[in-house]
Amino acid sequence: MLEVAKLNSWYGPAHILFDVNLNVMAGEVVALLGRNGAGKSTTMKSIIGLVNRREGRLVFRNDEISNLAPFEISRKGLGYVPEDRRIFTELTVEENLEVGRQPAREGGNAWTPDRIYTLFPNLAEMRKRPAGRMSGGEQQMLTIGRTLMGNPYLVLLDEPSEGIAPKIVEQMAEAIILLKREGVSVLLSEQNLHFARLISDRCYILEKGITQFSGTVAELDSRPDLRETYLAL
Amino acid sequence: MDLYVVQFLTGLANAASLFLVASGLSLIFGVTRIVNFAHGAFYMLGAYIAYSLTVRWQTPLGFWAALLVASAAVAVVGVIIETLLLRRIYNAPELLQLLATFGITLIAEDAVRLIWGPEDLVGPRAAGLSGAVSILGNAMPIYDFVLILLGPLVFGLLWLLLHRSRWGLLVRAATQDRDMVNALGVNQKWLFTGVFALGVFLAAFGGGLQIPRDAVTHFMDLSIITEVFVIVVIGGLGSIGGAFLAAIIVSQLNAFGILILPGISLVLMFAVMAVVLVLRPWGLLGKQVVRSRIAALPDVGAWKPFDRTGRLAVSLAVFLAVLLPFLLGDYGISVASEVMIAIIFAISLQFLMSVGGLDSFGHAANLGLGAYGAALCVQYFGMSMELAMLTGPLIAAAFAVVAGWFCVRLSNIYFAMLTLAYAQILWSIVFQWVDLTGGDNGIVGVWPSEWAASPNAYYWLTTACAVGVVLAIRYLTFSPFGYSLRALRDSPMRSATIGISQRHIQHVAFVISAFFAGLAGVLFAFQKGSIFPDALGISTSVDGLIMVLLGGFNTVSGSVVGAVVYKVSSIWLMSNTDFPRLILGSVIVVLVVLFPQGIVGTSQRLLETWRTRRRLGEANVGAPAQKGGVA
Repeated sequence: MLEVAKLNSWYGPAHILFDVNLNVMAGEVVALLGRNGAGKSTTMKSIIGLVNRREGRLVFRNDEISNLAPFEISRKGLGYVPEDRRIFTELTVEENLEVGRQPAREGGNAWTPDRIYTLFPNLAEMRKRPAGRMSGGEQQMLTIGRTLMGNPYLVLLDEPSEGIAPKIVEQMAEAIILLKREGVSVLLSEQNLHFARLISDRCYILEKGITQFSGTVAELDSRPDLRETYLAL
Repeated sequence: MDLYVVQFLTGLANAASLFLVASGLSLIFGVTRIVNFAHGAFYMLGAYIAYSLTVRWQTPLGFWAALLVASAAVAVVGVIIETLLLRRIYNAPELLQLLATFGITLIAEDAVRLIWGPEDLVGPRAAGLSGAVSILGNAMPIYDFVLILLGPLVFGLLWLLLHRSRWGLLVRAATQDRDMVNALGVNQKWLFTGVFALGVFLAAFGGGLQIPRDAVTHFMDLSIITEVFVIVVIGGLGSIGGAFLAAIIVSQLNAFGILILPGISLVLMFAVMAVVLVLRPWGLLGKQVVRSRIAALPDVGAWKPFDRTGRLAVSLAVFLAVLLPFLLGDYGISVASEVMIAIIFAISLQFLMSVGGLDSFGHAANLGLGAYGAALCVQYFGMSMELAMLTGPLIAAAFAVVAGWFCVRLSNIYFAMLTLAYAQILWSIVFQWVDLTGGDNGIVGVWPSEWAASPNAYYWLTTACAVGVVLAIRYLTFSPFGYSLRALRDSPMRSATIGISQRHIQHVAFVISAFFAGLAGVLFAFQKGSIFPDALGISTSVDGLIMVLLGGFNTVSGSVVGAVVYKVSSIWLMSNTDFPRLILGSVIVVLVVLFPQGIVGTSQRLLETWRTRRRLGEANVGAPAQKGGVA
């Protein structure tokens, strides 16, 4: 589905990512683990094309996307849910979803606002509410819903559990499992190991912009040293 | 009473055209974050093209068709400019965008003179709407009533477009976060182009609407753009409703200002703008603008005082400058004096902009205050030149103490707007207070003392001042005060946490900069022997900006080179071509796109690259390149 090879990224003169390699298979949920500042969000932004300078090979569904603009990558079916949510606070819930809407994929079951409301029932009750007047958890649901409206094959989910109530984190986990069942692949970045283990098939550990580990969740569990070195706070 | 009603209605009619232009500017700013200085030029182009068409199509339908066709034609011009030029500078610093669009304005002014000639053109009245009706005994043109209805109609249509169409929804979303809209699969390039086309269309339509009421002139662009800037700032940049409300406020201020306070009518609008900016910087109906991305400043390495070689080179340059009178004749030397004055003016602005990060669009205010301060002292108190050289700058600095208190409370584009308003307020006062300043006739008879009266002596005086000011500013830049100022420019928040008071430091910088610009003003007045309101005008401010840009706005004193090159070439252009603005405008546009770092910035960068290469070349012989090293 997605192959990232030797990805390097820069913010101005600062070199952030060093030869990051990762891949996501169809139907998989893959977690990108690491501490604050490890380069998780930068990896996601680099994949979708929102950093000024990146190098490396990015292949999505057999298409090279390394030199495409964000909107082109998104139209190919690679959705991006940013860490800071970036919802349009001036627009209503409904309007936010409409901004994300893209034509249905061939043979695919297109996402509609109603399907989003089924996935996140909380949103159904506030269709006309300006998104700026929602709680953090509700905004998180909205930003996922908005990206789903583009009918993506794969969603980049940047820290979905960050800064939201534990009860909503649970809901979020259920929603991601549901998405997986619908056939949507997910690459998520997380600091919350518990949350990531609950839903992921495989994981990568990033530290200082370098991939330190790649393997299944079971393999990670058998290496407490990794957790100690790269994830413990 | 009756007169007031009629005046009110006339004000409303005036608001229509202003609203169209302002809403276009606001829309474009909202999405692209470009403050389009060229908006006045599109307004003017719309008027000219519509004029040519209305003269031919003198039927009721023909008039409106002419307006629509003209606006569409100008919109096409706008699209061409957007795709060829603006797309390259969407991520550039605001200042460069303002300058590039100002360059387009200059080009348009000369283009219009080329095509339609320099005379004012008086268009036909709108066919079928040329009569008047009697309102309480006063005649009101029917056309004015059409305009009164047209404003709300266009407002309504725009509202529907923005709130009831998918395109409008995307525009509103992009106004808030254009990168996110891009990541959601929307091609923002075409969204930007579409918004720009619509904005330009509205401006051109506003221009066409003025034909039956006013002559079409090649300076209508600058007069409308100032008014429209005021409107969007009062209403809130990016807010269409705000533009509507503010267009009415400003038109009514103009209408009643003339009636009630004829002496200061021009000041009113700017005074209201200043009050709004201070109380509600984002405007009456605007939202606080969150910068979507901080414009990436090119990395030129850390600023350093000159090393030995540098000092030697500078000393040599100064030495040669002192010898100049032995090479040049009287005319050449008076040009050289002008260059020295330009250097003082430019470096005082550079201190504020490059070191302080405060992009002033009204630096002319300080030059004008120094010049008028000195000239008035000479005229009313018979003050000597020597004393006036101290008084003038002090007057500029004293005004800056007050103005700066307001200005440093704002940042970025709002700081630029408020400084623009500051200069325009002073310009209006000088222009309208004829008893004191002589208004448009200026003040004459401001001659230097006898010892400095010869061109050579005066040149040496300006050279001494220029050298002193440049040294003082470089000294300040590398003093603890300069470091605080730069810290604030780079990160206000971090500076605050280490105890640097933003307002205090920036206020002091504002006053220092004004003092030196005031000195430039005094020297300017004594060189010309006279002073006119132009000195306070927008074009003087823009001259300063161009000199800084030309030299390199991320250098310490690149503007010295910028001032020399700009002044010499513009004086040469003025006397050797018929269309200097066309050339100047093109040069600005090319500079912004190709050499945004200016002459000094670009050469520094080239030098830096060359040095790095050489260093790396040496290093590679001994040791293998480190992993993750320089790429």
